[in-house]
Amino acid sequence: MILEVKEIHTYYGTSHILFGISLEVNDGEVVCLLGRNGAGKTTTLRSIIGLTPPRSGSIKFKGQEIIGKPPYRIAPLGIGFVPDDRRIFPDLTVRQNILVARREKLGAIWDLNRVYSLFPKLKELDSHMGNQLSGGEQQMLTIARTLMTNPQLLLLDEPGEGLAPLVIRAMEHQLGEIKKLGTTMLICEHNVGLATALSDRAYLMDKGTIRYQGTIEELRKNEEVKKKYLMV
Amino acid sequence: MSFDILFNQFMSGIARASLLFLVASGLSLTFGVLRVLNFAHGSLYMLGAFVTYSIWKGLLIPVVGFYIATFLAALVMGGIGIIIEFFLLRRLYARGWPEQLLVTYALVLIITDLVKLGWGGEFLSIPRPVPFKGAVSLFGFPFPSYNFFVILLGLALVIFLWWLVYRTRIGDIIRAAAHDREMVAALGIPIPWLFTWIFVLGAMIAGLSGGVAGPYGAIALGMDIEIIVECFAVVVIGGMGSLPGTLLGSFIVGQVYAFGIMFKPELALAFIFMVMAAVLIIRPWGIFGRPER
Repeated sequence: MILEVKEIHTYYGTSHILFGISLEVNDGEVVCLLGRNGAGKTTTLRSIIGLTPPRSGSIKFKGQEIIGKPPYRIAPLGIGFVPDDRRIFPDLTVRQNILVARREKLGAIWDLNRVYSLFPKLKELDSHMGNQLSGGEQQMLTIARTLMTNPQLLLLDEPGEGLAPLVIRAMEHQLGEIKKLGTTMLICEHNVGLATALSDRAYLMDKGTIRYQGTIEELRKNEEVKKKYLMV
Repeated sequence: MSFDILFNQFMSGIARASLLFLVASGLSLTFGVLRVLNFAHGSLYMLGAFVTYSIWKGLLIPVVGFYIATFLAALVMGGIGIIIEFFLLRRLYARGWPEQLLVTYALVLIITDLVKLGWGGEFLSIPRPVPFKGAVSLFGFPFPSYNFFVILLGLALVIFLWWLVYRTRIGDIIRAAAHDREMVAALGIPIPWLFTWIFVLGAMIAGLSGGVAGPYGAIALGMDIEIIVECFAVVVIGGMGSLPGTLLGSFIVGQVYAFGIMFKPELALAFIFMVMAAVLIIRPWGIFGRPER
């Protein structure tokens, strides 16, 4: 098991957001975290990377407790976070956005060339500034940037949000390529969509708790659960 | 009014702008990345001037003594910068403006008292160093050649900072963190370490500027407030955190002051603030700044 989240409670200021979330991700697995907007998916990812540390509970990455560590110490352990709002650095070129994140380490698989061959569009945009990109290009760039940190576990928050169907198809293929390289992923989605095609297992979230867990096959068949928590 | 007088004023405005740029660039860099408005930046400049004086006096090396003293003072101020950032500023990043201003203003008072304790209240001065002792004639008017040294140093700093911010990996990180430090941290880049070194760089630039200011005028209590007030005008006009903005802001403030003095000396400072007010009305985030998100 690469990630083990146990009974975490996370707050924004005084408002209680996560109520004892527990989930597990195995090495090499793609797991999706489904739920409506406001269910607590983003907060769960932010809790793991340390941007919004939980007040209680435990998060173990490769057996090591990471609650209490700041994000800049958690990320180098091998966790990459791709935020839903992309957060491209506007004053940096595409290339600089990618290179700013690079981290040399043993067994690194990602470098500029590799990232550019996965996202050829970014290579074309190499010297464009971050604030000149379309939504889809920004989404590719934010993933490319995080890949440069050579994460073993990739946390993706709504990678398909606001993208055109054609772009989503391409993104699905690209995430599939990343999966083939053995990168473990935890993907948030508000609906059965892009992520589920890649996923092995799913968790369903609602109001800060996990309501359902199972394999993707089980979820696909379970109309009742989908109707209740996903607005399908 | 003849051209030579105007040109002479212009040149003295450039010289003043260079000193302002030296000080304001450190202030702007610190603000741009750390988002802390360091009221004590002028105090670091003042302390740098006094430290330069003492080292220069102790060294007793002719010709190069001043340059060595200024360089060493910059290093000393860098060291003091580490202490200030590590023990004080670090606790302020998550706080609001009022607390940041209160604490950095407290630093202003503390440093003033330290200077009083260490050097007394008297005016000190360092003679202009060789080879900038004399004056050159600009269209018949004497222009201190030391001013050229300050202008050259200002240009050198512009080039250095431009290179650092736009041509290095650290610069990429600086520009990224200025916009979104949380994302930078999530990519595994040690933000506290970055902040310490940015503040140290700012403190070193302040120390260097203080040393350079020594032969310019008097080294005295009060030079901290005098410079910080003008530096605030510079960064407000040019745009906080912007290198080209600081350059343009220094130029404008230097020129307004130089020509203001010619026009009505007692209002020279007021003219600067009129320009600042105009910028605040038309473009509150400064000429090269960007609106706060």
